[in-house]
Amino acid sequence: MEFLVASAIGVMTAAGIYMVLRARTFPVVIGLSLLTYATNLFLFATGRLAIGRPPVISADAAGYIDPLPQALVLTAIVISFGMTAVVVVMALRAYLETGNDHVDLPGDASPEATEDDWKLRGRKPAPAPAPGGRGGRA
Amino acid sequence: MNHLLILPILLPAVVGALLVLAARHDSVLARSFAVASTVLMLGIAVALLVLASDGQVRSYALGAWPAPFGIVLALDRLSALMLVLTAVLGLGVLLYAIGGWDQRGKHFHPLFQFELMGINGAFLTGDFFNLFVFFEILLIASYGLMVHGGGGLRVKAGVQYVVTNLVGSSVFLIAVGMIYSVTGTLNMADLARIVPQVPAADQALLQTGAVLLLLVFAVKAALVPLHFWLPGTYANAPGPVAALFAIMTKVGAYSIIRLYVLAFGADAGAAAWLAAPWLLPAGLVTLVLGMTGVLAARSLGQMASFAVIGSMGMLLATVAVFTPQATSAALYYLIHSTLAAGALFLVADLVAERRGAQRDRFAAAPRIAQGGLVGGLFFVAAIAMTGMPPLSGFIGKLLVLDGVRASAHASWFWALILSTSLIAIVGFSRAGSFVFWKAHALPAAPAPGYRPDGALSFVAVGGLLACLVLLTAFAGPVHAWLELVAAQLYAPAGYIDAVLGTAQGVR
Repeated sequence: MEFLVASAIGVMTAAGIYMVLRARTFPVVIGLSLLTYATNLFLFATGRLAIGRPPVISADAAGYIDPLPQALVLTAIVISFGMTAVVVVMALRAYLETGNDHVDLPGDASPEATEDDWKLRGRKPAPAPAPGGRGGRA
Repeated sequence: MNHLLILPILLPAVVGALLVLAARHDSVLARSFAVASTVLMLGIAVALLVLASDGQVRSYALGAWPAPFGIVLALDRLSALMLVLTAVLGLGVLLYAIGGWDQRGKHFHPLFQFELMGINGAFLTGDFFNLFVFFEILLIASYGLMVHGGGGLRVKAGVQYVVTNLVGSSVFLIAVGMIYSVTGTLNMADLARIVPQVPAADQALLQTGAVLLLLVFAVKAALVPLHFWLPGTYANAPGPVAALFAIMTKVGAYSIIRLYVLAFGADAGAAAWLAAPWLLPAGLVTLVLGMTGVLAARSLGQMASFAVIGSMGMLLATVAVFTPQATSAALYYLIHSTLAAGALFLVADLVAERRGAQRDRFAAAPRIAQGGLVGGLFFVAAIAMTGMPPLSGFIGKLLVLDGVRASAHASWFWALILSTSLIAIVGFSRAGSFVFWKAHALPAAPAPGYRPDGALSFVAVGGLLACLVLLTAFAGPVHAWLELVAAQLYAPAGYIDAVLGTAQGVR
């Protein structure tokens, strides 16, 4: 079980870092999600891996598992979930306002950023600019 | 327990929520509440400073759960100092924002209050998972403030900022998990008690966790090679928000000072002074890179951002010497550089508002309105930022040069600090002459769409600069007090006893 959990964390972290380093916002968001999954799993594993042990006191328990990491994971999940929503909205807003979904600022962006620009192509993207789409106000 | 300790967190939380609920549509009400709250916060911070000045560390167990099982807040001289600094900068920035920035988007004032809440919380907490939570609070508020007013470029820079900090948060959690898995505690004082007893077999895991944590604080403090997010973020953020962010890099510096002196300091056995070999070279490289960036910058905002990076480098390299003398010098420079950077960003915004489409770029633009006054303010802020006499930057650099004299790397400090000061002076003079003097060669034409600010903007900038003058005039007493701060930091037994003493019911 240790091998399975450890390799799952490792693979997700590696994939997450690879995706975060991509040039466009969608893979970056996916990468952030993978990274937070890996982090949550890692935090969970810091309470040691054991099967069938309760984290709360009960009369017929043979042993206990550390409940604190589970509380930490819960906090981390809530925060990372909310933050993913924020970054999605901000990425969408940046796409609609600047015309492309590249992460780089215009000064440093690759030539592909202009090729991908929907404003320069004179065509609207599938989701029309939503009036309520205000970025980053969580 | 003294309930005054939790007020710097509670007050902005309550006021922020009230502003969202009741003052959404009424700008006068929102402004009055925000200013009243920030002034009150300054009062509370000063009261806490007076309270902490007696040298006793006070702890506040939330929900009366004893440490290390519950979360504690701890107040010592350093945290009280940071609270006062936050409130002073916050008040200046808020007054400036009321000059017009706060109406360019929604919810400026609530976000501002939540930002202050997160910053105050990070300075007060005595628990490092709680530190993570307060980091998130201040970051979430800063995401909103960063894109305040909108605009494609700003939102794009905002996305970069959010992504960087989300990766940072993940690393923070991994580091916290590692340290917890070895020591079984999240309380900083308890950690300091346990770290010396960690067996050799677990040292690798503990030290990896501690260095990862250092990495996270270095992201916040914009230390090379983790500084890439800062110029894009600060130069694209609204002026007053960039000025407020001047304190956010210091949250990283504060966390480094707090944790690596308390838990990984002289008593930490195999993990003693863990941060020093990483922090010192990184800090010096940051100093060089930041000040070189000042020379290469293409706008006032960018230049101020690189000046912030440079000052963080100097601050953290000085901290990395880890002696009370160097730390007290670093703290003096910390106060100075926060206020100077705040004032500089506000001046850059004053310029940008007056130059129409050219904003604050170093490009030809006609003379600006009130050019003499704005130019004078820029001159004072630049003198402060580059560390020229007579302002406090000079005294700060002098104290740092003196404070690191005993260090084995003193020659590096002297050479790099003095040469980068020269580079910064060249950069700032070039910027000043370009923006304020070369404009006289062009025919005068007021930028379209410009409406003059009220006196409030100037009061805000002038107030921050006046604080620098006060810091210069009272450098002696302030530095004497900062030596007490450093002495308290380097005697961690008092902090540990005060926090864990509550566990035995001693209040």
